[in-house]
Amino acid sequence: MLTFDFMRHAFAASTFIAITCGLIGVFVVARNMSFLAHTLSEIGFAGASFGVFMGIAPLNGMLIFTLLSSITIGQMSAKESRREASISAISSLFIGLGILFLSLSNRNASYATNILFGSIIGISLADVYQLVILSGAIMIGLLVFYRYLVFDSYDPIGAQAQGLKTNLLSIYFLILLAISVSIAAQIVGSLLVFILVTIPAFIAKYLAKSVPGMLAISVAAALLGVWLGLWLGYLTNWPVTFFIATIEFGFYFIALLYHRRISR
Amino acid sequence: MTELVNAQHLGLAFSNRQVLKDLSFTIERGSMTSLIGPNGVGKTTLVRLLIGNLQPTEGQLRFTPDKQTLNIGYVPQFRNLEAEYPLSIRSFVSLNQFESRLPWKSRKERQALDQILEQTHLTSLQKTTMGNASGGEKQKAYLAQALISKPDLLILDESTASLDIETKEEVMALVAELNREHGLTVIFVTHDLELARKYTDQYLLLKRDQYEAGPMSQLDPNLELD
Repeated sequence: MLTFDFMRHAFAASTFIAITCGLIGVFVVARNMSFLAHTLSEIGFAGASFGVFMGIAPLNGMLIFTLLSSITIGQMSAKESRREASISAISSLFIGLGILFLSLSNRNASYATNILFGSIIGISLADVYQLVILSGAIMIGLLVFYRYLVFDSYDPIGAQAQGLKTNLLSIYFLILLAISVSIAAQIVGSLLVFILVTIPAFIAKYLAKSVPGMLAISVAAALLGVWLGLWLGYLTNWPVTFFIATIEFGFYFIALLYHRRISR
Repeated sequence: MTELVNAQHLGLAFSNRQVLKDLSFTIERGSMTSLIGPNGVGKTTLVRLLIGNLQPTEGQLRFTPDKQTLNIGYVPQFRNLEAEYPLSIRSFVSLNQFESRLPWKSRKERQALDQILEQTHLTSLQKTTMGNASGGEKQKAYLAQALISKPDLLILDESTASLDIETKEEVMALVAELNREHGLTVIFVTHDLELARKYTDQYLLLKRDQYEAGPMSQLDPNLELD
């Protein structure tokens, strides 16, 4: 399987993306930002379509849209009472824009399918380098302010009471999240970033009681999902995204059962 | 005793409202002071001045040795931890450790954590998740988290308000023990006059446009707050 360039590229890119998403997902879940991550991925869809329309790489279009909108989106959905409304409104707008840009660019339906549901097979070496660099930047970004982000994510009131600059930390985190969502969409598509950004972290939440423990489990779940998914996709020629989604769901279900059992 | 905080003619006015006016008091190192008063009188505002969230518009607030060096620990009134909150008590307390930036804790940090858990009687409960901890255990964990940064002054904001009588006593007895054995200076913001009288030695009573401060023995025995 690894004698083919396209499979080697897919494995290399997926490995880095899975590690990054496994790490950032733990913070996303702790900060109750799962739906915000989903909204960012829909904005990413509009960005990718815009990229296609403008003749630039879809990933670059995605990065531009998610980075520019991340802070505004974070502020609009900061209040829990209006979070659902804001997220619905923003999602609708950007999906609409995505459809418009695709329509204007006269691309066929398979292009839209790739953006929405992922297209890791067929990724070029240059794309791999870009994804590895972006993943590395996110990991370094998390490492530099690790303890501050952990405190602010798991106990925002306590962090504020101890004088941490929680507003700045939130903006910083949203920027890292915007990049993560854009690169996750390269594997599983912008409609399904949940699979890598939040499900592994939810699995970890049910199995570990410490942040390093959750990070390790979340990364392991994401990695196993993408590796097995790519392998099964190669064997069957079925969509890789389907396999990753099914595997992650299976892990989640087992973790949930385990959690219920020990909570009794 | 040495002075830790000295307020002289302290006042704070927002654009259309004077919240605190001409307030003078001292907090001695090693003392336990109750900050009491009816709702809306400015207790939280005073706490926010002390922790540096707000700046006074009148008078002076001096800290010894100075504001930058003095470490103030603050246990806020509300935390909203869900039942499925995953972190263990140990992990929760360790959130406030910043001796290094590395993701893993050093041996020194682990020892400090063990020590705080022991002082707050949480050693045997350290693996319990905060989601499964009782109200009193949670309060002790909040306390331990604030204490792990070795504060010179600890401010407890209505920390016992949501607890049953027995747990209130348990938490306050722990605070008193930390004060007695480790010289911790405490400001206890409360509505509970009975607890204030029993566990603290000084009081600062805020009323509308006036205040009283002194040893707890001088507090009016017939005082009612609301």
